[in-house]
Amino acid sequence: MTTLTLRSGVADAIRGHGAETYPDECCGALIGREGVVTDTYSLPNMTEEGPRRRFRVRPADYREAERQAAAGGAELLGFYHSHPDHPARPSQYDLDHAWPFFSYVIVSVCGGVPEDMTSWRLKDDRSAFDQEDLTNAEHDSHPHASPPLHG
Amino acid sequence: MPNTIHIPTPLRPFTDKKESVEVTGNTVGELLTDLTTRHDGLKKHLYAEDGRLRNFVNVYLNDEDIRYLEREATPVKPGDELSIVPSVAGGAPGTVAPPAAAEATAGADPESLPELSQEEIQRYSRHLIMPEVGMDGQRKLKASSVLCVGAGGLGSPAAMYLAAAGVGRIGIVDFDVVDFSNLQRQLLHGTPDVGRSKLESAKDRLRALNPHVEVDTYETLLSSENALDLFAPYDVILDGTDNFPTRYLVNDACVISGKPNAYGSIFRFEGQASVFGAKDGPCYRCLYPEPPPPGLVPSCAEGGVFGVLPGIIGVIQATETIKLMLGVGEPLVGRFLIYDALKMRFRELKLRKDPECPVCGTNPTVTELIDYEQFCGIRPEPAAQPAGAAGNEWETTPVELKRRLDAGDDVFILDVREPNEYQINRVPGSTLIPLGELPRRYQELDAEREVVVMCKMGGRSAQALDFLRSVGFSRIKNLRGGVLAWIDTVDPSQPKY
Repeated sequence: MTTLTLRSGVADAIRGHGAETYPDECCGALIGREGVVTDTYSLPNMTEEGPRRRFRVRPADYREAERQAAAGGAELLGFYHSHPDHPARPSQYDLDHAWPFFSYVIVSVCGGVPEDMTSWRLKDDRSAFDQEDLTNAEHDSHPHASPPLHG
Repeated sequence: MPNTIHIPTPLRPFTDKKESVEVTGNTVGELLTDLTTRHDGLKKHLYAEDGRLRNFVNVYLNDEDIRYLEREATPVKPGDELSIVPSVAGGAPGTVAPPAAAEATAGADPESLPELSQEEIQRYSRHLIMPEVGMDGQRKLKASSVLCVGAGGLGSPAAMYLAAAGVGRIGIVDFDVVDFSNLQRQLLHGTPDVGRSKLESAKDRLRALNPHVEVDTYETLLSSENALDLFAPYDVILDGTDNFPTRYLVNDACVISGKPNAYGSIFRFEGQASVFGAKDGPCYRCLYPEPPPPGLVPSCAEGGVFGVLPGIIGVIQATETIKLMLGVGEPLVGRFLIYDALKMRFRELKLRKDPECPVCGTNPTVTELIDYEQFCGIRPEPAAQPAGAAGNEWETTPVELKRRLDAGDDVFILDVREPNEYQINRVPGSTLIPLGELPRRYQELDAEREVVVMCKMGGRSAQALDFLRSVGFSRIKNLRGGVLAWIDTVDPSQPKY
């Protein structure tokens, strides 16, 4: 199992963004190096299918996020988004739209309050996600509890 | 001379971490093929199983999205640069778009459609093996929604087939209660449902047919105040109404909100169907700019309806609804289908969009919903009278009539219904002259005698009263509520219809 580490403040930033856009989904980029997220980059949700259940990052915003990461000597590690009133588990839609290599962090926001946070990576054959260990730099030994995906 | 393709971060593990790769070819497609030949791990991420570029893969030629050029056939020149840019998207499970965002899904991108569960795949297997529906079509149906106005004769078969077919969301507007007289044709409701709200009964029936369908119920009378709001979340409106004011209201609200109207109507043995309000197609007003005078066209309650007829017409409406959702076949737009059950014949009239149409024409004069009762010439109901009291000098009640008959008053009771209605129930001592025969038979009546005119509910007898007054009768009263009120308040031993 791979591990994604969130530096201090990153988890709070993601939760805060999820609470802010509730009941709509939020989204943003994860920036860092070698499995450690040092920064987030909140992005506008440009979905045309209803932001309660969907998010979409514009190609232009994607390019900008990649550029920002490179400019700071870091790389784009993935994206985060929120699931308003739904568990922090990837949906079929998430799977259909997933890219390899990226970490997908999902935060569940229930009634406006951010709760579980999980991270996922696409299997190489695109058949499913593998869950990643999600750790905070300050609490390395306590991975966030989250429900299993396989079933 | 090679061209450069820029590789996005998530695909670099497949290109030995290189940010760009040199490739050769004459078109965008050839460059991409060269890329995936050199780095074969990329293929499954860029292309779907059917060989098309995945919809969340954006390819830019220099700064132009190839979707706006000639896609993969776009020619490339030396020095042109290609960039693969990910669309990053996702979302919560439960993939039906919220009603406010629902759009006609016929042209929807298959990647954005909801998935089917194993059970759904089994359930819809006879659809899935037909190329005209298939997986994508079935998912379109799941993402689609329809509002049935009325859960009666037409709404019953339509809603049942739409639910069975897997339309994701079905709304129903009705405010009625199931009556025994509905059961001859309204198959949403069964004998144990008599007395229940039609909506509750409909919801149970549709849920039993297909639990994967969301059923929204609106216990209200469709009105100019609520129609646009009620229509807003739905892709298609299915008109199963039985009166002219509501029919014009549904038509106008569909045109104003840009939603197709799967229209049907039935009377006795004849049915009609069409699709109105489609883009560039005619609307109901292009066919009938003005409503008929009130009372000219009787309702099903007055004129009767052949029980299987709404089965045919309602299923035609459902068929058209599903075709619109799938975007297949030739819709019944600009065509008016007339079905005669006795002759077992279908006829088709050509309909054209009327450029002068007040709603959908080039210079519409009706741009918001109006008072449709007034438009159809229907007078508002008089204020409720105390039970048993005569409302006005031209009206009497069953209780008052009974009292006078018991007292031995000389009252001639004229029933203007049809003979087969008279066979079912009647006021004792009444004389039958059907409304249509009255103009040539009124001289059979004694103009000096007091006459009480009656029918089933009081509508036709009001017309008879107007006619008799016009030919000189003055001692004449209408029986308020007709024979049904007589049975309710005087003689419950007789059957109602």
